[in-house]
Amino acid sequence: MRTRSVGERLFTIFNYFILSVFGMITIFPILHVIARSLSSAKAISSGKVFIYPLDVTLTNYYSVLQDVSVWHAFMISVIITVGGTFINLVLTSSMAYPLSRREYRGSSAVMLMVLFVLIFSAPLIPNYLLIRSLGMINTLWALVIPTAISAFNLFVMRSFFSSIPNELIESARIDGCSEARTLWSIVIPLSKPVMATMGLFYAVHHWNTYSAAIYYINNSSLYPLQVKLAQFVIKEDASITPVDDVLLTVSQEGIKMAVIVIAALPLIIVYPFLQRYFVKGLMIGSIKS
Amino acid sequence: MKDQTAFRRKDNFWSNFKKFKSLYFLSLPGILYFILFKYVPLLGLVIAFQNYNIFKGVTESAWVGLAHFKRMFEYYEFLSILKNTLLIAMYDLIFAFPVPILVALLLNEIRKATYKRFLQTIVYAPHFLSWVIIGSIFVEVLSPSTGIVNTLLAQFGFHTQYFLGDESYIRTIIVGSGIWRDTGWGTIIYLAALSGINPDLYEASEIDGASRFRQTLSITLPSLLPTIVILFLLHIGNFLDFGFERVFVFLNPLNSINADILDTYIYRVGLIDRQYSYTTAVGIFKSLVGLLLIVFGNLLSKRATGESLY
Repeated sequence: MRTRSVGERLFTIFNYFILSVFGMITIFPILHVIARSLSSAKAISSGKVFIYPLDVTLTNYYSVLQDVSVWHAFMISVIITVGGTFINLVLTSSMAYPLSRREYRGSSAVMLMVLFVLIFSAPLIPNYLLIRSLGMINTLWALVIPTAISAFNLFVMRSFFSSIPNELIESARIDGCSEARTLWSIVIPLSKPVMATMGLFYAVHHWNTYSAAIYYINNSSLYPLQVKLAQFVIKEDASITPVDDVLLTVSQEGIKMAVIVIAALPLIIVYPFLQRYFVKGLMIGSIKS
Repeated sequence: MKDQTAFRRKDNFWSNFKKFKSLYFLSLPGILYFILFKYVPLLGLVIAFQNYNIFKGVTESAWVGLAHFKRMFEYYEFLSILKNTLLIAMYDLIFAFPVPILVALLLNEIRKATYKRFLQTIVYAPHFLSWVIIGSIFVEVLSPSTGIVNTLLAQFGFHTQYFLGDESYIRTIIVGSGIWRDTGWGTIIYLAALSGINPDLYEASEIDGASRFRQTLSITLPSLLPTIVILFLLHIGNFLDFGFERVFVFLNPLNSINADILDTYIYRVGLIDRQYSYTTAVGIFKSLVGLLLIVFGNLLSKRATGESLY
């Protein structure tokens, strides 16, 4: 190792400093919201709560959890996330698998067809009119079916499937497996990492669904959690009644913070997996394209 | 052996189809999905040239030619919205595009692997939050009465500001929140490209006495250039598609004069006010501008760097 010059050492210090500041700017708003959601009304209004809670209380969360509409919206979000991801994975893999096999004639034509709509996609209104004429307006189908297959994920999955040796597929065929059966019991078990990655991609997308819900749904009992959150915090056209609390620790401010945390909670929980798989998935995708 | 011959081109398509029927059927739902949800709406673009009436349908509605396209440019409101869209897109390109490159270069210089990983874990996180959550966080942090930013401003003797209720801050907030959310995420591809650079290059230049700054200029940046160009072209291709949600969550009557973009306009006038034909025309106009930009950007980059998307 060569000795480092003064300039380089100064740069190293500067570099650590700049990146640490950048990291703090990134994490501060998130920690701040969590801290406030756990703090009492008095602590919040004193302006002293930064990244850790003061005068810790759970009354903000109690208030949110006793609101039936929040539970309802949470359940809607769970339904579209679980159901939607299931539909995504079934449709994406059942299309990616045939396209990955050499026996499938015209796979490049199909891929071209998929690629074309990545570049030429219709604007909002024709999509809306289609969904309307399919009778999906004001149903949860409108939130999951129109995004059933992502072209990007299809490409990634196909390239992963094509790395599975043909001999394995052949032997399954000789044993009399149908293609659907081969996909289910040979291909998918061999593709767990890519299925997990794609599943997480899709699940995050569904959990974060907002615009599709305000385009296609105007029945408030079908609103997912993100729409509810926007109503409470951003548009402020709804509010949550605070719980009875003699110590006056609960506040509208804290309640809003608690709703934000609840809407982000599933993401926070799966974040360690997300980070690992997403980075990997992005790599596969970027190498391919 | 029999299967081997089945792959050969001269084989009849039908015999192949019959043999692997179930394989073709398996792909059918996916193909139908793309036709129904991606191609049928493209056919629906014709309503931009009609006075589409939802009860009459496409076949019965009257044709009006380019009337909606002409109408667009006669509206003062439309022109101001187009200006907002272009400005925010431009700021996004100038300010948000280079930041991940810079951060990736800096991250790459960090030798302590654990600290590097710790930083990456932190800066990737906001990417997964929805725009509603990000909007909510910003609304709360910037709140005029209870937000932490204004509390601090007041403590240091400055005037408090209603940041989201003032049209002069809104574009900064939109671009800034985008940088906050996606900078870390954007570094991933650059870091991958950086780790692919041949270490021999650095060793050789070190023997020649090159400083680390010199190495960055003469080795790192040139090796990174193809990645930068490709991502730049992809960015240009989505120039006007920076997102409905990301603007809509910050939009309110007090700041809309500087923040209303084509996407939010299409939503309001198209879906809420039901001017279907007119807003489809606006959508086509937006796609055409995007297409022109990608062709133009590609041409430019082919001339300048030899890199292109197609």
